[in-house]
Amino acid sequence: MSMSSAVEADATTGESEMKTFREAISEALWEEMERDEKIFIMGEEVGVWGGTYAVTRGFYDHFGEKRVRDTPISEMAIVGAATGAAMNGLRPIAEIMTINFAFLALDAIVNAAAKAHYMFGGQFTVPLVIRTTTGGGRQLGATHSHAPEPIFAHFPGLYVIAPSTPADAKGLLKAAIRNDNPVLFVEHSTLYQTRGEVPVGDYVIPLGKSDVKRVGSDVTIVSYAKMVDISLQAADKLAKEGISAEVVDLRSLRPLDTGPVLESFKKTNRCVVVEENWALYGVGAEVAARIQEEAFDWMDAPIKRVSQADVPLPYSRDLEQSALPNPDKVVMAVKEIL
Amino acid sequence: MALTKEQMLEAYGLMMRIRRFEEKCAELYAAGDIGGFLHLYIGEEAVATAAKYALREDDNIITAYRDHGVALSRGLPMNEVMAEMLGKSTGTSKGKGGSMHLADINRHFWGGWAIVGGHLPLAAGIALADQYQDRDSVTMALMGDGATNIGYFHEALNLAAVWKLPVIWVVENNQYGMGTAVTRASAVGDLAKKAEAYGMPCCVQVDGMDLLAMYETFVEGIEYVRSGEGSFLVEAMTYRYRGHSMGDPERYRPVHEVEAKKADDPIARWAAHLLEQGLAEKADLEKLDEAADQAVLDAVEFARNSPFPEPEELYTNVYV
Repeated sequence: MSMSSAVEADATTGESEMKTFREAISEALWEEMERDEKIFIMGEEVGVWGGTYAVTRGFYDHFGEKRVRDTPISEMAIVGAATGAAMNGLRPIAEIMTINFAFLALDAIVNAAAKAHYMFGGQFTVPLVIRTTTGGGRQLGATHSHAPEPIFAHFPGLYVIAPSTPADAKGLLKAAIRNDNPVLFVEHSTLYQTRGEVPVGDYVIPLGKSDVKRVGSDVTIVSYAKMVDISLQAADKLAKEGISAEVVDLRSLRPLDTGPVLESFKKTNRCVVVEENWALYGVGAEVAARIQEEAFDWMDAPIKRVSQADVPLPYSRDLEQSALPNPDKVVMAVKEIL
Repeated sequence: MALTKEQMLEAYGLMMRIRRFEEKCAELYAAGDIGGFLHLYIGEEAVATAAKYALREDDNIITAYRDHGVALSRGLPMNEVMAEMLGKSTGTSKGKGGSMHLADINRHFWGGWAIVGGHLPLAAGIALADQYQDRDSVTMALMGDGATNIGYFHEALNLAAVWKLPVIWVVENNQYGMGTAVTRASAVGDLAKKAEAYGMPCCVQVDGMDLLAMYETFVEGIEYVRSGEGSFLVEAMTYRYRGHSMGDPERYRPVHEVEAKKADDPIARWAAHLLEQGLAEKADLEKLDEAADQAVLDAVEFARNSPFPEPEELYTNVYV
């Protein structure tokens, strides 16, 4: 995997360490909590248990129960109360165990957190981060496996961030915590064990900036989160056949930074979007619309989408895998438009 | 913490201001000057007014969409409230909120919210922020009877009880959730019992048409909450003379029921109390009546003379 350009632009010591995605998230949370007393964590099993994905292991003992707050299984109250606390001066990090449970809190996220600033003429601000996990591939069945973050990206007032590398995870989470708007921070559960170089210290990546993860000249592959890894694997395979793919990582679904996408497209004239969400009204649909609106004259082929099959995800392993994007599907899609 | 004589008179004036404001809003709505939904507080004035005197200025208050009475009692300038009704840039939410979304952060009025029950966890969170920062402010969350049936109510009360959050929950039981009577919508008629499910002390069916009863109940509840013991719930039995919102055909209640309730009017009762107790002369009350009328006229003039939001305002305040 080629290194993100943003990694070079760090305001840190210049050192970096090999870390897992989980460790990078954990480090960002820890450092931010050490920096600002107003930051606290609330959610199901974040405290005594140490987080269901072990992200907050050790936090409860170090920061105490006031700042690492176990909640009841109560998504509406978690997001609603975190929103109220944010309005009244705190900087909560609310954890929703999986984005599939965030549907229970959809009203609190959309009608309260995302609208509070606008609806009252700017009087209230909601400096809230909602951390959640997303993604399939772990045989968790139809209610625990989906990647519906584009739904949340539909709503003005929210940020929706979905990192693909440990370094991005750290830098983007720090930026999210420091942002005065509500941010849905989406972590793909199969990325937690992945490793990468992570800058040491105060590393912050501005929100809403797409990032070129691999430079190429024949086709632009646009993706985010786990699908960046799938796209990079596909790019490796394509390279062996002499096809040069550029991989753009959106990193943020809202705001959507199409700059690097368009720049790349004007060079390659071809695009495949790789998304774990369903195709209908998905990220690929949005990216394709933007490209035809803003780079129509550079278009040499239809824009292809590699998406999740249009079904609720099944349990059985091979059946589930067949529904998800993989490098071979991406390679096929690229070849269809070359 | 008894009300002073001045406060008692002022409270009468405040209730009258709310009443006249609401009547004017109904007129302006019929004339097409106010758009959207309009939920009037007529008949329920004693509840918000009692809250004003029972709460400190640094206490918080939050309510649902029937929010004009809370806004005015909390001291939001009537001019700005009326301007918001007319969608003007001088409105409390710069014309972006409307009737249901009044707020004033400087007066700790955290808004009118329009998804039933959606503001209840917000109240818990606002209270959490005070508790977290060792401030002794309390948060009062008003809601209608209908809100006690929604999941938000139960999740918010449970969380508030588990974390001993300083919230005083106030159910304004006006006996209908839109057009559905409480008895047809709630498994228990005695709504305060729902607080007992969370081990929360409560005051059952306080007479919401009686300003003094409401005030004394609020003082008791707030004292408990401020002591750090946790939440407290008050059920105020009240009644709205008007429909749920403008345009409500009111097929769900007989006219004689409404008329009977009007005979129990909170403002008339308070006036009678003041006169009987020798706390006011008729002339004092008439002066306050006239002041209320004049305030409403002034507010309409202010609102009418205010500009609509500039087109650029469409895109401001989406993000900080």
